[in-house]
Amino acid sequence: MKYTILVYETAHDIGARTDERRQPAYWGAYKAYTEALQKAGVMVGGSGLQPPSVGTTLRQRDGKRQVQDGPYADTKEQLGGYYEIEVPDLDTALDWAARCPAASTGAVEVRPNLVM
Amino acid sequence: MTDGVQRAAELAARASYGRLVAYLARRARDVAAAEDALGDAFVAALAAWPRDGVPDRPEAWLLAAARRRLLDAARHGAVRARAQPALEAMVDEARGPAAAADFPDERLALLFVCAHPAIDEGVRTPLMLQTVLGLDAARIGAAFLVPPATMGQRLVRAKIKIRDAGVRFEIPDRDELGPRLGAVLEAIYAAYGSGWEDVTGADTRPRGLAEEALWLGRLVVRLLPDEPEGLGLLALMLHCEARREARRDAAGAYVALGDQDPIRWSRPMLDEAERALLDAARADRPGRFQLEAAVQSAHARRAVTGRTDWSAITLLYEGLMRIAPTVGAAVAQSAAIAEAAGPADGLAALERVAADAVDRYQPYWAVRAHLLGALRRGDEARQAYARAISLSEDPAVRAYLAGRQQSLRF
Repeated sequence: MKYTILVYETAHDIGARTDERRQPAYWGAYKAYTEALQKAGVMVGGSGLQPPSVGTTLRQRDGKRQVQDGPYADTKEQLGGYYEIEVPDLDTALDWAARCPAASTGAVEVRPNLVM
Repeated sequence: MTDGVQRAAELAARASYGRLVAYLARRARDVAAAEDALGDAFVAALAAWPRDGVPDRPEAWLLAAARRRLLDAARHGAVRARAQPALEAMVDEARGPAAAADFPDERLALLFVCAHPAIDEGVRTPLMLQTVLGLDAARIGAAFLVPPATMGQRLVRAKIKIRDAGVRFEIPDRDELGPRLGAVLEAIYAAYGSGWEDVTGADTRPRGLAEEALWLGRLVVRLLPDEPEGLGLLALMLHCEARREARRDAAGAYVALGDQDPIRWSRPMLDEAERALLDAARADRPGRFQLEAAVQSAHARRAVTGRTDWSAITLLYEGLMRIAPTVGAAVAQSAAIAEAAGPADGLAALERVAADAVDRYQPYWAVRAHLLGALRRGDEARQAYARAISLSEDPAVRAYLAGRQQSLRF
């Protein structure tokens, strides 16, 4: 089954991406995690995302385009990236999700992909 | 048919129902599809058996019929394609030497699916009762004070989650077994539904599922004989169940534990409880349910010694609070301290329990009323009794508390 691991990071974690002191640990952890997924042959795809402040939200209403700066909701944890994996069941997916760096500081959500 | 015979027939049907659902669900990776297929098989049996006679091995007949239904459903896309190989394998298994006569018992895996952490805690017990025991939503709803339609929806939603999220139908690994088994045991205990039983008229929830919970408890012990907490839970439920008759007098009035006549406790159940607790102790891995059962065992000793060893019970509660601190344990501990060291100490312990946690917790108010009464603080005791009465679901408990309230003389 294909699952997407949605990586929700705190503002503090997203800040680590550009903080010289914390940068090496942050990127090192994600690099190791991604390599582990690849080595196990379960990684299908995925990407990190730029911070929500760079996001733009759009709604099409009554034929008119409404564009707004930033993400839809202001929550404590923000979507920082996602991994797509292929594993036999939810329990295996959860085991992988538990190893994601954000699991211990932010949160990770595991969603089965919709089969079309 | 006499009640006993009917009961035996029901239990036999129950044993094969859960085994069949577990076996089919694991292969279809879909609980609802397995239940539907088995339901169709039962309907087919009602048509075929009166005509052709009851088959030698009814279970094998039902399994074969349900398996055909599942394969049909898979071909029509109603069961997910990824389950197809497992379903084909099931057909091969059926042709093999073991055949369907003794298909594997996979109820343990099904119990772990029902109590999976990805499943909402509130629906785990109903899910077990339905899939393993075959109870319908109306019966489960009645026991949990939820309308049948609402209970039905919750169960449907949970089964969709199991199928679509791809929950694994396996017994967890050794290092994960402990916490996962804890969830299974919690769910069974919730079906039993007994509150904390003590001397002061703490409410016990109305329940019609005690027998079902005991049945599940015995099943876990049979399937996992080396897990002391399973034995502990069984011992706990048996101790509480042994006192069922003694909890009411001839007129149907509530009798608190301390006033019960031990002659009226069920000897066979107490013996079975003590054996289970002894077996559990051999593993030397104490846990929440073993300690709770030990408390009940200490109460049961009164049948032999004629007295209750409250200091031993206080110690057991201390241990329980260290490994599994709950409001229920804290309140029961306070009641035990009051008996061992006097009502003032008991009340002091009770007042250390967090206020917001006990707002609607009946046992807290029943114990509090009892202790205030013993300390001759009449007005406060009367208020606490009023609160306990308003929180009691059982009319007999309400009547008992009202009687104690009226007997206050200060």
